[in-house]
Amino acid sequence: MTDLLERRLIFVSGKGGVGKTTVAAALGLLASQHGKRTLVCEVDPKGDLATSYECSPTGFTPREVQPGLWAMSMNTEESLREYLKLNLRIPVAGRIGPLAKAFDFVATAAPGVKEILTVGKLCWEVREGHYDLVVADASATGHIVGQLSAPQGINELVQVGLVRQQTGWMLDILSDPALTGLCIVATPEEMPVSETIDLAARVAKETTVDLASIIVNRVLPELFTTTEEEIFDRLCEPAVADRLEEMAGGSPGPILAAARLAVTMRRTRTGHLERLRAGIDPSVPLLYLPYLFARAHGLRAIRQVAEALGAELGL
Amino acid sequence: MSPHPAPVASASLDQLLAAKEIVICCGSGGVGKTTTAAAAAAMAAVKHGGKVLVVTVDPARRLADALGLSGIGNTESQVPASAFAEAGVKPRGQLWAAMLDTKQSWDDLVRAHGPDQSTIDQILANPLYQNISGRFVQSHDYIAMERLYELHSEGSYDLIVVDTPPTRNAIDFLEAPQRMGDFFSSRLLRWLIAPYRSRLVNFASKPFYQVADRILGTQFLQDIAEFFILFQSMYDGFVERARSVSRLLQDRRTTFMVVSTLEASPLTEAEFFIEALTERKLHLGAVILNRVLPDYLLDEGASVVAGTMEKSAGDLAVQLGAKVGPPEQLERVLAEISSSFLNFQVVAQREAEQRAELSARPDVVATIPFFDTDITDLSGLLRLAEHIWS
Repeated sequence: MTDLLERRLIFVSGKGGVGKTTVAAALGLLASQHGKRTLVCEVDPKGDLATSYECSPTGFTPREVQPGLWAMSMNTEESLREYLKLNLRIPVAGRIGPLAKAFDFVATAAPGVKEILTVGKLCWEVREGHYDLVVADASATGHIVGQLSAPQGINELVQVGLVRQQTGWMLDILSDPALTGLCIVATPEEMPVSETIDLAARVAKETTVDLASIIVNRVLPELFTTTEEEIFDRLCEPAVADRLEEMAGGSPGPILAAARLAVTMRRTRTGHLERLRAGIDPSVPLLYLPYLFARAHGLRAIRQVAEALGAELGL
Repeated sequence: MSPHPAPVASASLDQLLAAKEIVICCGSGGVGKTTTAAAAAAMAAVKHGGKVLVVTVDPARRLADALGLSGIGNTESQVPASAFAEAGVKPRGQLWAAMLDTKQSWDDLVRAHGPDQSTIDQILANPLYQNISGRFVQSHDYIAMERLYELHSEGSYDLIVVDTPPTRNAIDFLEAPQRMGDFFSSRLLRWLIAPYRSRLVNFASKPFYQVADRILGTQFLQDIAEFFILFQSMYDGFVERARSVSRLLQDRRTTFMVVSTLEASPLTEAEFFIEALTERKLHLGAVILNRVLPDYLLDEGASVVAGTMEKSAGDLAVQLGAKVGPPEQLERVLAEISSSFLNFQVVAQREAEQRAELSARPDVVATIPFFDTDITDLSGLLRLAEHIWS
């Protein structure tokens, strides 16, 4: 398997709420820390990427937010304008209004258009070699297949024309596992695991993109070994707990209850992790990221995740 | 020490299920929207009686299993009495479930509004139509609302609880009917398809077509034109329908239930959505906060104790004695549970802060505790509902 960061284009997807943007942001930061000129693109711009990097809102034009790290957000209309300018030499600068309207129209009528402009822009950055690595904080599990398979879809829908001519080289980039990979982010919970397994199967069947890895986010630490759990059970006995209360100068009740909760949570999650491993092709690596308890958000949290990710990748 | 956060304003939530005809569950992905919708519907069927329907967009097998159904389809199916019997309750009413099949619903819509069989067949066979109905995200939003309208106007249910599709932007589906209407009545649409209706191409519009042709190819533009020309025959019915759907959302019999966890990103979206509802004068029935950590984690006394235990774990282990465990292992256990408590406390405090900020707005905020185990059956759903509607 190609090392993850050796690829040129990484799509990061996953069920909503699993920390997709965090992982994409951390992956980008990690790559830049290892000397790669890296571009991170938020495909569905909600502003989460800017929050992660604690920078001002990202736009279509990439901006360097950390040394060697650029951030941008996708805008399909701008992508079309750039495409027209570069490929057709069509002067559109002064005619933005009508173009936007017409574009909105065609894009609404033909679903593949927005997707191809998104994927096209990302592939174009790879082809032009402006960056060593492009990380896409891509769509959630529901839409990513549509995005990744857009070039094929356009091939079927649009028989001739310039758009059609463009899909060939995009497919070349997307289909090469040395260049492009998909990372699915999951948490050890029921629905994210189920969606990850479903998505992995659909990606293999309906797209040409290689599944590079599954990144399991928010893994809880193992609290006890089996013998330690027996000791813990004895600690919970009323007589022992009372003595502990005397010695520690206050009720340990909430602490014991919290430990019980942590153990149960961890156990439920272990079951889901096992299901995930069993449901994914054994050749696809699973990378584990710890649950972050710390009062960290923004860049600080991203740094922690990047560090954990680096350790998992053996960097 | 309460094991779970105290439920708030449960009386008004209860009234909500008794008084409203439509409850729309919304929120960002992964917050437990589907489960909450199902729990609300199950609760209403048990407590208030009548015919209750839950419409889900989530084809998760687990929900079907939990409801004792072999699968959930586009047409409604009734949750068998055996599922309630297993859960140990005797419902006063009936619980029905349906899944939203976007493609199927669009096909039904075309069949209902198409002027004649041949137009209907042509639309159904058009490649563009197939694309739109199958994959187009906005069409998903629209059809969810459309289907809701249809089910409501049939009048066979006393209460319909809807789980909304995971939209990129939470308010997308609110605007879907309006946008769909605009889309089909747009002047631009007529302009775009004009050259394909007649041989007379307006000279002024020529450059646009040239560009469009060069980018997309003539065949594709023709496909678009054919699709819209066919669709225009359904225009009146369609636009009228979209308006009715919009009206239904504003009707006082409809209410919205915003579901969120206390994590930053879903919560931001929930707040944004609450504002959007207010702006549109739509009824915000409740805010449900899911997976809230137990209140005992906020206990200040306990955090002092945890600090002591963590610092002097070694001494405590010796004092407790070998009966409880070998000193070294006991020390590790004591240190481990103390630091674990302090870890969780940080998260719980962050949550409490978020909760306080949010509770400034609506007077109906309910919390669902962090459940130790997954919900796999109807009794699990009802247990969850109890926390909201106890």
